[in-house]
Amino acid sequence: MDKFRMIFQFLQSNQESFMNGICGIMALASAQMYAAFDFNCPCLPRYNLAYGLGILFVPPLVLFLLGFVMNNNVSMLAEEWKRPTGMRQKDPAVLRYMFCSMAQRAMIAPAVWISVTLLDGKCILCAFSTSVPVEKLGNLSYTGLSEKEMKRILARIPCKEIYDGQQLIPNEVAIRYLRCISQALGWSFVLLMTMLAFLVRSLRPCFTQAAFLKSKYWSHYIDIERKLFDETCTEHAKSFAKVCIQQFFEAMNKDMGMGHPHLPEKTPSEAGEEKEKLLGITDQGTMNKLLKSWHKCKPPLCLQQELFQNRNGWAGESQPLSPGSLPKREIIAYYSRV
Amino acid sequence: MDRFRMIFQYFQSNSESVMNGICGLLALASVKIYTSFDFNCPCLPKYNTAYGMGIMFVPPIALFLCGLIVNRQSVVMLEEWKRPTGGRKKDLAIIRYMCSSIIQRAMVAPIVWIIVTLLDGKCFICAFSGSIDPEKFAGFANLTQMQTQLLLSKVPCKDDELMRNNTSRKAVSRYLRCWSQALGWSILLLLIVVAFLARWLRPCFNQAAFVQTRYWSNYIDMEQKIFEETCCEHARDFANKCILHFFESMRKEIKLRHFNMPRGEEEADHLRGITDQEQVNKLLKSWYSGKPPLDVSQTTQRQPLGKERACTSVPWVDTVNNRWAAAQKANVSRQTDV
Repeated sequence: MDKFRMIFQFLQSNQESFMNGICGIMALASAQMYAAFDFNCPCLPRYNLAYGLGILFVPPLVLFLLGFVMNNNVSMLAEEWKRPTGMRQKDPAVLRYMFCSMAQRAMIAPAVWISVTLLDGKCILCAFSTSVPVEKLGNLSYTGLSEKEMKRILARIPCKEIYDGQQLIPNEVAIRYLRCISQALGWSFVLLMTMLAFLVRSLRPCFTQAAFLKSKYWSHYIDIERKLFDETCTEHAKSFAKVCIQQFFEAMNKDMGMGHPHLPEKTPSEAGEEKEKLLGITDQGTMNKLLKSWHKCKPPLCLQQELFQNRNGWAGESQPLSPGSLPKREIIAYYSRV
Repeated sequence: MDRFRMIFQYFQSNSESVMNGICGLLALASVKIYTSFDFNCPCLPKYNTAYGMGIMFVPPIALFLCGLIVNRQSVVMLEEWKRPTGGRKKDLAIIRYMCSSIIQRAMVAPIVWIIVTLLDGKCFICAFSGSIDPEKFAGFANLTQMQTQLLLSKVPCKDDELMRNNTSRKAVSRYLRCWSQALGWSILLLLIVVAFLARWLRPCFNQAAFVQTRYWSNYIDMEQKIFEETCCEHARDFANKCILHFFESMRKEIKLRHFNMPRGEEEADHLRGITDQEQVNKLLKSWYSGKPPLDVSQTTQRQPLGKERACTSVPWVDTVNNRWAAAQKANVSRQTDV
């Protein structure tokens, strides 16, 4: 148990490294996907451009959306954005912080895809083979070819087996030229991305550091609160079910006559413990009301005032105490170990 | 369990080794990227130099920026540099030390790239094949200027139809490669000698100040990590309390007096008296705008939030044996019992 608590603490306190690890995995997956993909240039005048640019830009879009989908915090962001205000104001800075950190992580896999594609060169070679400067690299004076005919020949550059324009412009020369341009674009893109990332990371402490600390704390808090609420509800449901079933068996027992005390009586302290875990919520209507009220009206972030209220008795209470019962002094343990 | 605790403690206490590990990984990644990169010299007169020099220098810049981004200490250093002075004076020596250690680590991967590139030779051959003296090589003498340029620029491409059977091509290639490798080994030797001297001669100059600076830079790093962990713990306990209060408020008949016992003492310790949103915000803001002076003995009494901490070090000046007081009598920034 301690081990899990320690791992949990480590991951929590190093949430950044955990998310960074996931980013790294997605980046590697993206590179692997590109390597496994069987690129297949159509080698036809207009199709080349569409295919090449499609392979360059559509998978990154898909990877970006996938990055958002795989991030657990997306539903948290949506919930926080859409909840009714209730007693707790919404802070747009926190929402912005959560969105920005998710978007930054989701951008890594698409950037890796685009870099690998450009550095490899096949896409640009396919897309722009018809735009090769023939006057510089080849013999334009070779034939009085029509524009259309020349484009048809040039479109076949990526497909070496069917290329028939060796006299117009040698295949290797055109391929080398286009790949060189593609690799230059690729490295420039990589440099641009790293420079952007560097600027974002290094300029932040110079501006808005206090607001950043605040947003980080509260976004983390929202995450933890959601998880703890789920855990508390699960435990409550468990105790609820236990007591419910117990009562059912007891009722069945009573119905079948008093003479069959088969079920071992639970000691009063154990039964009491289970009932205490229910935290006073003991029927469906109340539970439904509780869940609805959790969504509609989250409690304010202020424990002090309730402590104060409790000391003075239940200040906001509308229902009168049941007759004859003095204010009970009860010390209750609320939650089991998490 | 013990093993996890040990790993956890190791990461906590030794961020230097973690940084060294990351630096080594980046260097390996740099070699791997170079070997998997498909070098493709364009073999055209003006493009060769641009391509060759580009491949030699653009990836190192990107790797350097990556090294800065990946290093957590760079953010810590920037925060320390940019923070308001508050109750704790800034020491520029520490910032300089952190800066130099960050830059040294970030420079390893780019240098590895440049050296591998030079020792391999392809970049150098591609970039400078057009700049050699054609008179030295039999196959390139007695040609017009334009033809020489054209032929020389095709030297890096072995499979080009003009170069396939040209013996002088190999001579030029070997010559350039020899220069490239000589340059690579010389740079490597020079760097190693410089590193050796720097490390060996450092204890001769100002060792005491160096030890102090290293201690305080580690301290700043550790303090930031622990602050984040404490915020995490606090958020967790805050959320716990919040949720339980919420469940409590749904109860209609049970009145309670103490909700923070028996576990209360532990929880109250974790919450440290901060129990509502305003207080948390105030705490975070004043952590940024006025860091407390480095004087732990005075924190036995809890200071209320928002109080100026500027003048708390006065009683200590006379009693503590302070090494730094020699230089700064009136401006004591840190007291140390070391």
